[in-house]
Amino acid sequence: MRFRLVWENIRFRPVRTLLSMLLIAVPVMLILTLVGLSHGFFQDSERRARGVGADILFRPPGTSIIGSFSSITLPERFVDKLATEPHVTAVTAVANEPIGGTFDTVTGIDPASFARLSGPFVYLEGHGLQKPDDILLDQYYANQRGVHAAQKMKVLNREWNVAGVVEPGKLAHLFVSLPVLQDLASSSGKVSQIYIKLDNPANTQMVIDHFREKYKDYPVYSMAELASYYQVSNIPLLQGFIDAVLGMGVLFGFFVVALSMYMAVLQRTREFGILKSLGASKGFVIGLILLEAFGLGLGGTFVGIGLSFFTKWLMHLVMPASLPQAIVISWWPIAGAVAMGAAILGAVYPGLIAVRQDPIEALAYE
Amino acid sequence: MSSASAAPIIHIRGLRKIYRTGRVDVEALRGVDLDVPAGEFLSIVGPSGSGKSTLFHIIGGLTPPTEGEVIVAGRDVSAVGDAGRTELRRKYVSFVFQKFNLLPNLTALDNIRTALFISGLPTRPFDDSFRNILELLGISDRLRHKPAEMSGGEQQRVAIARALASQPSILLADEPTGNLDSRNSLAVLEILRDLNSRLKQTILMITHNTDAAAFGHRKMHMRDGRIVETQTLKAN
Repeated sequence: MRFRLVWENIRFRPVRTLLSMLLIAVPVMLILTLVGLSHGFFQDSERRARGVGADILFRPPGTSIIGSFSSITLPERFVDKLATEPHVTAVTAVANEPIGGTFDTVTGIDPASFARLSGPFVYLEGHGLQKPDDILLDQYYANQRGVHAAQKMKVLNREWNVAGVVEPGKLAHLFVSLPVLQDLASSSGKVSQIYIKLDNPANTQMVIDHFREKYKDYPVYSMAELASYYQVSNIPLLQGFIDAVLGMGVLFGFFVVALSMYMAVLQRTREFGILKSLGASKGFVIGLILLEAFGLGLGGTFVGIGLSFFTKWLMHLVMPASLPQAIVISWWPIAGAVAMGAAILGAVYPGLIAVRQDPIEALAYE
Repeated sequence: MSSASAAPIIHIRGLRKIYRTGRVDVEALRGVDLDVPAGEFLSIVGPSGSGKSTLFHIIGGLTPPTEGEVIVAGRDVSAVGDAGRTELRRKYVSFVFQKFNLLPNLTALDNIRTALFISGLPTRPFDDSFRNILELLGISDRLRHKPAEMSGGEQQRVAIARALASQPSILLADEPTGNLDSRNSLAVLEILRDLNSRLKQTILMITHNTDAAAFGHRKMHMRDGRIVETQTLKAN
């Protein structure tokens, strides 16, 4: 009967119910979108890193496993050196230059050696890099910028000719010739990192141990290690940011539900008077209000989850390359707990107002 | 009053109630003495502000007395706190109001079940005696309707059914016909009289209507917070 009372009340005021759920859904959506973007960004980066087809990553001294990918400080001569090492079958060097205002970078590659590791590009439009001002885009970036092969586009303060549009999933969204990028970054003879392919992936650890012994100052990682580092928890600043958004979600949900339930309590003053005249205890009345808040929180959670699918669709439509959003199901209960916790917290004060109401005054309320 | 037994179900002595409104004390009851035997149908009349409703609210446990002894169904209302008054309303006293006070979002059936649930009684199925009450009230076929879909008379009959669902010792009816036309008023009054005579239900009814007051066994006049006259009426 208690559930029926709550359910009928929720049904009786559909506009208030819908508005409350929508407002509660906002922090749920924000949390899931932010977490989805973080995970999506890392998943996309990991997928693209794996798309290189390498077994080992060789980095400049002083760099961490996933930081400073855009520093162009590693001498290019290592390419030839590493190519002669035992079990090494292919080596390619890349240089990265960040594009201002986004998380994207332009990656300089040597098309021939890059293809030996990752296989040839699959061209959806146009052809490969032929001239110094040629640029290759993956499909996501081309869609994001709305450009096609043979069109011009401006990146890094320079106009490029879009030579081709390729299938996504190979290291980067934008590719130019390595020497061109080195020249642009005033880093001739330097690269950002070197990818190494072995004769057999089973030899990876053995080769890494050998490299670490021989090239002491140079960080060397397996691609499996790199993939395992693509986690939100490995970026303390990002984790802190997510925690802050969670906190704001609680606060926002709290105020939304507090306001909604406060209005509802005022609106239903007479009803609480009726229940009290029937012998309803304070616990019964506050229980109804908290149960209703729980219901609104639950509904808001589902709406918020639904909205996170909408933001994913929107991100993919507007910025598929820069803002890849994942649906992180493991975060649904967390976002739901935040929403419901905030909803219940927000209902406590209006609930206390309801139970303190004088039943005679409540019954006389118009 | 052949139906009434001798033991008073309501025993009141020296009842006073003072309301504080801002800085002013308003004395709503100024020493009321009253005994109501179980099974009596008592009509209470008097002008607005005479203390009728305040007396009801104290007997029904909606507000505590300021002073005096108030024993209702064997419970000393003046000695219990909020929880004790809540228990009184839940188990021993029910109200019927002028404005019906049905929960608008629930059907008639759910309004009745809510009262049963709050009283801790099974919400379904209704026992035979309560089915008889529903038949007597003539609302058996209206139970699936919400208040907004019913006439005032039907709503008041649902309110009476809800009040009786918890099998209260005392039914307090505050102007039960105040919002009804004469035909529905007569029907409700006849139902109350029927409930009293058939089920020996103790009923206290506030009314401004002299004809309505005549349905009781006794008529009690109140003025300025006091009982000024009590009149035994002819057998109904």
